[in-house]
Amino acid sequence: MKRFAELLDRLVLTPSRNGKLKLMVDYFNEVPDPERGLALAAITRDLSIASIKPAMLRGLVEERVDPVLFALSYDYLGDLAETIALIWPVGEDRPQGANDAPTLLEVVETLHAATRAKAPALVADWLDRLDASGRYALIKLVTGGMRIGVSARLAKQALADFGKVDVTAIEELWHGLDIPYLPLFAWLEGHTDKPANLAAAPFRPVMLATAIEDGDLDKLDPADYAAEWKWDGIRVQATAEGGVRRLYTRTGDDISATFPDLMEHLNFEGSMDGELLVGHRSGDLLDDGRQRIEIGSFGDLQQRLNRKIVSAKTIESYPAFIRAYDLMQDGDRDVRAEPFRERRRRLERFVQHLDPERFDISPLVPFDDWSQIVDFRSEPPHPIIEGLMLKRWDSAYVPGRPRGPWFKWKREPFLIDAVLMYAQRGHGKRSSFYSDYTFGVWKGVPEDGELVPVGKAYFGFTDEELKQIDKYVRDNTVERFGPVRSVRANLKTGLVLEIAFEGLNRSARHKSGVAMRFPRISRLRWDKPAREADTLETLEKMLP
Amino acid sequence: MRPEDLLQPRPEGLYCPPGDFYIDPVRPVERALVTHGHADHARPGNVRVLATAQTLDIMAIRYGADFAKERQVAALGEALTINGVDVSFHPAGHVLGSAQIAVAKDGMKIVASGDYKPRPDPTCAAFEPIACDVFITEATFALPVFRHPDDRAEIQKLLRSLRQFPDRAHLVGAYALGKAQRVIRLLRDEGHEDTIYIHGALKTLCDYYESQGIALGPLAPATVDNASKGAFAAAIVVGPPSAFADRWARRFPDPVSCFASGWMRVRQRAKQRGVELPLILSDHADWDELVDTITTIAPSEVWVTHGREEALVRWCETKGIRARPLHLIGYEDEAE
Repeated sequence: MKRFAELLDRLVLTPSRNGKLKLMVDYFNEVPDPERGLALAAITRDLSIASIKPAMLRGLVEERVDPVLFALSYDYLGDLAETIALIWPVGEDRPQGANDAPTLLEVVETLHAATRAKAPALVADWLDRLDASGRYALIKLVTGGMRIGVSARLAKQALADFGKVDVTAIEELWHGLDIPYLPLFAWLEGHTDKPANLAAAPFRPVMLATAIEDGDLDKLDPADYAAEWKWDGIRVQATAEGGVRRLYTRTGDDISATFPDLMEHLNFEGSMDGELLVGHRSGDLLDDGRQRIEIGSFGDLQQRLNRKIVSAKTIESYPAFIRAYDLMQDGDRDVRAEPFRERRRRLERFVQHLDPERFDISPLVPFDDWSQIVDFRSEPPHPIIEGLMLKRWDSAYVPGRPRGPWFKWKREPFLIDAVLMYAQRGHGKRSSFYSDYTFGVWKGVPEDGELVPVGKAYFGFTDEELKQIDKYVRDNTVERFGPVRSVRANLKTGLVLEIAFEGLNRSARHKSGVAMRFPRISRLRWDKPAREADTLETLEKMLP
Repeated sequence: MRPEDLLQPRPEGLYCPPGDFYIDPVRPVERALVTHGHADHARPGNVRVLATAQTLDIMAIRYGADFAKERQVAALGEALTINGVDVSFHPAGHVLGSAQIAVAKDGMKIVASGDYKPRPDPTCAAFEPIACDVFITEATFALPVFRHPDDRAEIQKLLRSLRQFPDRAHLVGAYALGKAQRVIRLLRDEGHEDTIYIHGALKTLCDYYESQGIALGPLAPATVDNASKGAFAAAIVVGPPSAFADRWARRFPDPVSCFASGWMRVRQRAKQRGVELPLILSDHADWDELVDTITTIAPSEVWVTHGREEALVRWCETKGIRARPLHLIGYEDEAE
């Protein structure tokens, strides 16, 4: 537990991806089974543990310390888990540093076997036996609040680095494995062969496309490629085999629970690749008299994402459906090695038998030469299209991102000119630079002089440009709030940033009423006076 | 004599009317008694200054030899009299030269402890509890959540990270007077013998510590010349915390930013500052040390100043000790 607590402490504060990977790889190397497997499950949030309520912990601590001092401390720190971890009094008979800290195994197994009534005494005993850092880790573990800035995907990458295998191999196996992953670690350490995936409806590593770059098209023969729209939802894999149904993200996270309405309709044997979209009911009627679902915006989709509990009303208002791209498994037949042309035929037959309200096929875009593709890209027929995909007719479905068989060509981003308003110091390598920028546009007419923040961006510029902006921020600071500086921004003075972004949603959370997707700085407009930056009205016209 | 007739807060600082002197004045006064060399306690511009020899040296290093018209050395434990008030200086264990100041007249004795820390520190004389009627205590870390861990374990954390990330410089933010030298000395005690690179602001104080018999081992300036030789990979670099947000820090490739401070106990503080490796090392007493000190000294009254007064006053009340906050202005939290 001590080593696990130390790992969490470091992970939370380490900004760099490589740093986090190194910390996890070292942990897997140093810590034996089953402890490391339990830690892995805790990090990927696959560890289900009898949950302890924060109120119960608070009760335990108030039996032990003066409630007034506890309240003052909690007020000062503002974080309950941290306050309890730090304030917990170490018993007189248990000198700090005593070597009887519980292991993760002890915590997980004991809590699993214990009755609800016993839990408080167990937790109190463990808190007595741990140091402050260990107590914090324990509290996070038993209250289920393990937010440490590590995605399941990153943890899998760490496993891949640890065993020197490709991450897709880990993703493929993942859902067939049980905590604490003994066969997985045995294989990664070279003691045994790769474990067979015995899971029903396993995840199949996804095939990804590379971006089209300048001059690429000239080298390609249009006859070799099929074109289809790239839809702006989330890429998913829907699998139903032997009575087991699963919906995976493209990195193998199981999101079935978020989309119960869709899961009901996975009444097939096979595995398909597609785009998950949500819609709303339109006036059009289907053959069976139901209303057709009309495709919704990315904002609509966000209503359904990252929610633990989806209300019936949300499900009804934003029904989910799949726009199918590809087929990997057709009944008992693995068709990934077949050419795309053949898989596409299978897919058309396959989808025919499914509920048309929940499944359709992403249509192919017929074309003869690349100039047509260029036109389609600049004038897509639907706002939810974010570009085009080009797929070789003879391409097999292979995991990863091979260059050549599949290309993606995103539409041009939206552009606006905004004014730099606040700058925040970066982390890690950038900790001496003001590298995170909040920018705004004029509310009303520029002459009113009111800028309203519309977004934040921290990349898109070169290292040289970063130095220039940093200098500008330091020279034009109006106010400081901790790591944030407010930068001079008025009609006369102000740095204009050309901002590129992928789309705009309405947002009640932002003062401006709009939220940008994927904003980044595309150009520094040193030449442009601040008064000529865009207005909120211009931005609002870009709303879908 | 009532205690408030012997010492009382004034805008200039803590004032002794019968002795006509101030302790750690924040504005220039005729006569100042200074507990230690940190900038919020020791300020230039007073006419006469009484302090330990080391504190006077440190003030001269920081402010120039003319920081006061007249300097008087107070030897630790020596009995002095100022206008009929008995005055003596006693080690506070905070930084080199730091002292508590005991003031007594007509059977009333008050100890103004300045900043203090009871735990052993290889870079300064150990704190001594002094029996008194009124004990004036700091309250920088006066909440029961502040329990500073073992110094050696924190230094081990740093050394472990250095082994784990051998190609990254480890930048340790540490206050220039006291903390920096303590970090370096603790590293030496844990067997780290490599050259430690220091920011220019630390040089004279490190030299001074050496001259006072505190061996700091091989030190070198963290200059750009050294940077170009790739010297900072696997190296520990110590500098004042403010320098890490500054352009100075850019000479280090992909550094691990560390910060040695009692505040590093609070995760959010570490996160906000972009600290990757917090080192919980404080030159102030933690909660347990504060209450233990008060229990040991057993004064009839406690005055609590700069920090979280409310919590410590509350604790005293629950123990039946008379206590009140002493509102002094101008003292800062450690390295914030």
